[in-house]
Amino acid sequence: MHKLKSMFFFLLQTEYGDIFKVTLEHDGDRVSELKIKYFDTIPVTASMCVLKSGFLFAASEFGNHALYQFKAIGDDDDVEASSATLMETEEGFQPVFFQPRRLKNLVRIDQVESLMPIMDMKVSNIFEEETPQIFTLCGRGPRSSLRILRTGLAVSEMAVSKLPGIPSAVWTVKKNVIDEFDAYIVVSFTNATLVLSIGETVEEVSDSGFLDTTPSLAVSLIGDDSLMQVHPNGIRHIREDGRINEWRTPGKRTISKVGSNRLQVVIALSGGELIYFEVDVTGQLMEVEKHEMSGDVACLDIAPVPEGRQRSRFLAVGSYDKTIRILSLDPDDCMQALSVQSVSSAPESLLFLEVQASIGGEDGADHPASLFLNAGLQNGVLFRTVVDMVTGQLSDSRSRFLGLRAPKLFPIIVRGKRAMLCLSSRPWLGYIHQGHFLLTPLSYETLEYAASFSSDQCVEGVVAVAGEALRIFTIERLGETFNETVIPLRYTPRKFVLQPKRKLLVMIESDQGALTAEEREAARKECFEAGQAGENGTGSADQMENGGEDEDKDDPLSDEHYGYPKAEADKWVSCIRVLDPRTGNTTCLLELQDNEAAFSICTVNFHDKEYGTLLAVGTAKGLQFYPKMGLTAGFIHIYRFVEEGRSLELLHKTQVEGVPLALCQFQGRLLAGIGPVLRLYDLGKKRLLRKCENKLFPNSIVSIHAYRDRIYVGDIQESFHYCKYRRDENQLYIFADDCVPRWLTASYHIDFDTMAGADKFGNVYFVRLPQDVSDEIEEDPTGGRIKWEQGKLNGAPNKVEEIVQFHVGDVVSCLQKASLIPGGGECIVYGTVMGSIGALHAFTSRDDVDFFSHLEMHMRQDHPPLCGRDHMAYRSAYFPVKDVIDGDLCEQFPTLPMDLQKKIAEELDRTPGEIMKKLEEVRNKII
Amino acid sequence: MQASDRFNINSQLEHLQAKYVGTGHADLNRFEWAVNIQRDSYASYIGHYPLLAYFAIAENESIGRERYTFMQKMLLPCGLPPEREED
Repeated sequence: MHKLKSMFFFLLQTEYGDIFKVTLEHDGDRVSELKIKYFDTIPVTASMCVLKSGFLFAASEFGNHALYQFKAIGDDDDVEASSATLMETEEGFQPVFFQPRRLKNLVRIDQVESLMPIMDMKVSNIFEEETPQIFTLCGRGPRSSLRILRTGLAVSEMAVSKLPGIPSAVWTVKKNVIDEFDAYIVVSFTNATLVLSIGETVEEVSDSGFLDTTPSLAVSLIGDDSLMQVHPNGIRHIREDGRINEWRTPGKRTISKVGSNRLQVVIALSGGELIYFEVDVTGQLMEVEKHEMSGDVACLDIAPVPEGRQRSRFLAVGSYDKTIRILSLDPDDCMQALSVQSVSSAPESLLFLEVQASIGGEDGADHPASLFLNAGLQNGVLFRTVVDMVTGQLSDSRSRFLGLRAPKLFPIIVRGKRAMLCLSSRPWLGYIHQGHFLLTPLSYETLEYAASFSSDQCVEGVVAVAGEALRIFTIERLGETFNETVIPLRYTPRKFVLQPKRKLLVMIESDQGALTAEEREAARKECFEAGQAGENGTGSADQMENGGEDEDKDDPLSDEHYGYPKAEADKWVSCIRVLDPRTGNTTCLLELQDNEAAFSICTVNFHDKEYGTLLAVGTAKGLQFYPKMGLTAGFIHIYRFVEEGRSLELLHKTQVEGVPLALCQFQGRLLAGIGPVLRLYDLGKKRLLRKCENKLFPNSIVSIHAYRDRIYVGDIQESFHYCKYRRDENQLYIFADDCVPRWLTASYHIDFDTMAGADKFGNVYFVRLPQDVSDEIEEDPTGGRIKWEQGKLNGAPNKVEEIVQFHVGDVVSCLQKASLIPGGGECIVYGTVMGSIGALHAFTSRDDVDFFSHLEMHMRQDHPPLCGRDHMAYRSAYFPVKDVIDGDLCEQFPTLPMDLQKKIAEELDRTPGEIMKKLEEVRNKII
Repeated sequence: MQASDRFNINSQLEHLQAKYVGTGHADLNRFEWAVNIQRDSYASYIGHYPLLAYFAIAENESIGRERYTFMQKMLLPCGLPPEREED
């Protein structure tokens, strides 16, 4: 509801997405009339919020959320009905018809990405990048999509230009300290320097005052308005009025490294001598001090000048003897070593980052001002320590492996604050987000050198050199873990398989109660011809709604936006799609005819190798849920891959008596779970041939995994059943099952005895067959035990134990064991129906388990959940939580007030810094 | 003590049934028991948003429609009560 000064109105949305504006005519407290008017159509929302600033936030039920701006308030002509003019006939109230059209009153401004619901997910490195990609099938109905998620921030490239030769470095300078935008981009090559001016276009200039016949080592703004260029033979100081002062190196020595800020410059000469310059009040660079270092200097950096001060106190020097020294630049103890830190490998690059003091900052906690020294080491590690602002002592160091190359560190501006770009085998961005320091990779290629870039088209950008090109890009959507590439699909996707050799995806999509593409086209044409002179009744009102005008056909958003028209509940539409994820093109789309819907899919390699890898798809015809579950027929289709896997050709269809909900390849044959029957099929010329079956499963089979000769069958209601196939007798035996009922939604095979599963009520659990039982089963030569042993609890003779149990709170739809970072350990990655992706990481040491269980215990007591539920009771909502520690709760530790942090840390025998370091370590192992 | 309990137990049960809807007792018949279970189930489906979303995807309806359907079904989940046999 929205109140304006003169009147108020309501916005109502129907289940089809049409919004109506409702106004009441009233005098005082009595309502005389209710007017309802068609407003616009947006995807169905769970909730809408109208903001006073003229925006509408629509939290969509499934799919991306959107922010719209009100263009108009719906006061112009539209279909309107009023309670005063409502006509009542014998059949009830006469309905008023309208036609949905493009957005007239709203304009979409922004979207919040949402993966809801994740129907299936696989983690795989199809594109052969450094980290694997997560492929998720999301969405429902016409808003479905395949999303390819990559860890890291998205980068939007603004310009790429070729340079003459291979550049080694790039810098940007402003002409004056109060300038908002940069003036020059200076690119250094091995024997020259190129100066480009930034304006309407980027052009080369030769009158900037820079020396362009020599490579440069550093270019920056000095003082208020002068430019400095450091080249191997000296320093060139260009004043604003054009005067140029040159300082030459003594003798034959060359400058090897430079560190500078706005008022101080330190250069390192070859041989390890440091010379310190300062800018005095007249803007002149004066040499202040010299210092001999014991060896060559690897890298230098000076902290930025603090507010209101004249100089920064700290100079960091990294040497090839694997040490980093902090030297003071204060006039009284110039060049005195304040502290030394030894590191695991020679430092390649150093950078100081300052965190400003904030009280009641974005996360509500107080942060004192602190200074961090970051070092990129030769072994690819980023090393980070806290520098005490008073004494210069280094403490509290953390390291993180970034990539195979030594990271080079550059300061750039992110959201107005100084942030760090680390260039290793892939670029990483270190920035402060909501009070935390985040280090996330960028989805971009390897870069050599970078600098911050700011112009009126691109306020916070980065200019970088890679290969022979100069690239300018901006980093978008900070704070998000993944960036996604979206490929739209036609119907609700159900499952997909990867065809590993050809790097293609094959997926099945199906929807209930919808019309096929041809039927929709026919219906549209029919309505267009018939006009609005149709019959009354809601049945044809549906048809009317999709009979849009010509403009709807050109509207690219139409199906996704308006949704598919509804048909009767037992009409299914379905298709099988082969997709190339690199290009996003669908190479083959087979729409299933005749009310058939696909439910399961799997690739099979039959032992008869005539056709190579085949695709098996389980379908059902005429499936209905209400009033009673029933179907006309079930089929298993076998397809052959043609055209190098890009297209499908039907070999044959085999009719079965139920819905084949699960398919799996097993020892050169196909295992199908059809209702409560598990059947083994072989490939025949015209149909599949039944070889073996087991009818003893309680309800429907929903998942089958196979490993060697064990088959792990998941029942829809009764959790896992472990079966064994005896080849000599051609028999399938169930030898173990679970004690408790579990309504399975996802399952994954972990190892020979262990299965991971997720159930409908939001739990994730692992079951394991006890080792002695497993050994007994394996050692049984004749199979006598399996055949004749009596069942227990109306089930199999042996029972599996539950080893892990956790209530996630969200229905998990897919599980997979994968590792999301290169060289990282594997964890179980899961995707849920509400669109979240989580990970379960296994601890490797008892100490870790002890530490985290105690931390979790303290967090439960001292930081209970916001809505008052008891944490342990919540995580044990259906079954008692077993052997899982809630990482999200532990990660809330840094948000606690300082005294509470200290109290908890004391009880754990550590300092708060150590606890946060441990939390960071565990997080870095996952992603 | 136990004698007076016997007289109070009915009123206590009534009180419990008023306070916690769906409380059963030893003499529950099959129909009422099934009604209690169905109503609890529907209430749980409505209360847990992920489960509601799961049903909505399966039936290709909007979540609001599912919620409405479940609430309507809570009135008479198992149909009309069976004819009472006159003793």
